Parts: sequence; C-alpha cells; structure tokens
Amino acid sequence: MVHAGGAEVYHDPMSSSQQAGVIPPAGNSEQQARDLHVEFFSRPGYLAIIRQMVDAFSGRLGFAPAEASRICLAVDEALCNVIRHGYDSSPDGRIWLTINEPTDDHCIEFIIEDRAQQVDLDTIRSRNLEDIRPGGLGVHLIGEIMDSVNYEHRDGGGMRLTMRKRIPGEETN
Amino acid sequence: MNINVETRDSATIIQPQGDVDLASSPVFRARLQEAQEQAQARLVIDLSSVQYMDSSGVATLVECLQRSRTDGTPLVLCQLHERVLSVFQIARLDGVFDIVATVDDALTA
Repeated sequence: MVHAGGAEVYHDPMSSSQQAGVIPPAGNSEQQARDLHVEFFSRPGYLAIIRQMVDAFSGRLGFAPAEASRICLAVDEALCNVIRHGYDSSPDGRIWLTINEPTDDHCIEFIIEDRAQQVDLDTIRSRNLEDIRPGGLGVHLIGEIMDSVNYEHRDGGGMRLTMRKRIPGEETN
Repeated sequence: MNINVETRDSATIIQPQGDVDLASSPVFRARLQEAQEQAQARLVIDLSSVQYMDSSGVATLVECLQRSRTDGTPLVLCQLHERVLSVFQIARLDGVFDIVATVDDALTA
C-alpha cells in the first residue's frame, strides 16, 4: 500500500480499508478481483495524481496518447462531479476508484464509488449543447468518450459509476 | 497557477501556465475576470502552457466569451495543445470560439 497524503493505493482492497475502520466500497459483486483500487478524499488537489495513474494504465493497455488523454478526461470529469455535486465540495468525502483490466469483452473498466448523497438517476443526462453556457458538460464528455456508462445507487448509500472503454484493435466476443 | 498578462498591439494577452482543472480553475476564473475588466481592444488567451483542461476550465472560458460579446471586445484563443483542443471538439465548442494557431494570428484575427 502506498500512502500519499489522504490517498492510498493498493492491490488488495479488502484489507486496508477495513483495518483503517473505513467502510469499504461494495464494489461489483460479480467482480471478485479488482486490478487496481485507489481510495482518496474528495479534494481537487488529488485529481492530477489520479489522471497520471489513469493515463499510465491506459497507455500500458495500448491506447494511443490522445485516446488515453480522453479517458483521463472522462475519469476526471466523473470525479469532479462526485466532489462538486455529490459531496458539495466538502474535502472529507471518501471516493473509491477501481480499474479492472480487460477480460473477455476486451474493455477496460473504471468504477467510481462514493458515499455522497444519492441523486435521481433520471436527472443524470447531458444538456443541450446548442445552449452555449458555462457548466453542465461533464456528463456529455463522459458519454462521448466512454463506450458504456452506468450510474446506480449503492446499497447503503452513495453512488456507483461504471465506465467501460474497448481496447483498440481488440475484437468483441 | 501562474497567469501572465501582457499588453501588445492594443491587445491584452493572457497566458495561464499549468493544468486547468477543478483545483486551479477558481484562480483561473478570478484572474481572467480581473484581466478582462482591464482589457484592451482585443483579448487573447495563449494556451501554449496549458497541457490539460477540464470542463471547469472550458466553462470559465465560456463565461469569458459571454462577457466579451457583451463588452464588444473580441476574444481569441491560440496555441492550444491537441489534448486541450480535443475537449473543445468533444463539447462542440471549437466552432463557437475563435481559435487560431499562433499569438500573431490572434493579434490579427
């Protein structure tokens, strides 16, 4: 486990959170093994660190730099939404980011979980881009970049966002 | 985040340095608004030193564009890195802003 201020990175997520007395994310019950799991506070200053990690992970899987950059943007926008809207910019909320390497469907998977206020799933949608005004672009950017996006309520509170992106050059089963 | 402001050929040139994200965009927004209030006949934002911009940065620039239209002061963006330009393209704002290649182009656009 690596500690970086309020963030920690580890490959066996079922150990440290529980030891620290923090309720761990529920995760996806079908996903027994999580390849990379990061837990951090809802502080904007950590976003650059997360972007570097996502960029490196995506590049290792074969995404071109430009595409890896867009994936970073999508993850970053999703985390911004959690910080700004979920935790109302409070710096003490917990966020869990899990990255799963491709399996049979050749997709990299990003799961973002929080314990922030739950929002009505029907209200999460892109706005009309013809209306030129500040804000409200995050959901659109995420949807344009990722191949699949799914928001859901976590059991016990909080939200879970699952985003998947197909690895370039890989066939889908 | 550092933001340089200079005046050249009756234009105010603003050059932010570093990533524009949720952490830095409040400073970017405040400094940009301040510079815009004192701007010359043209406002140029040189993004050559910005390697990353998220939607909060784009929103700040949309605000700036709206003020420039109200004030009648042309706003031109220049020297965008590919990954920054990509954000404008995905948001379908690349045709809304006046985006040119160089500062010299921006001064004459």
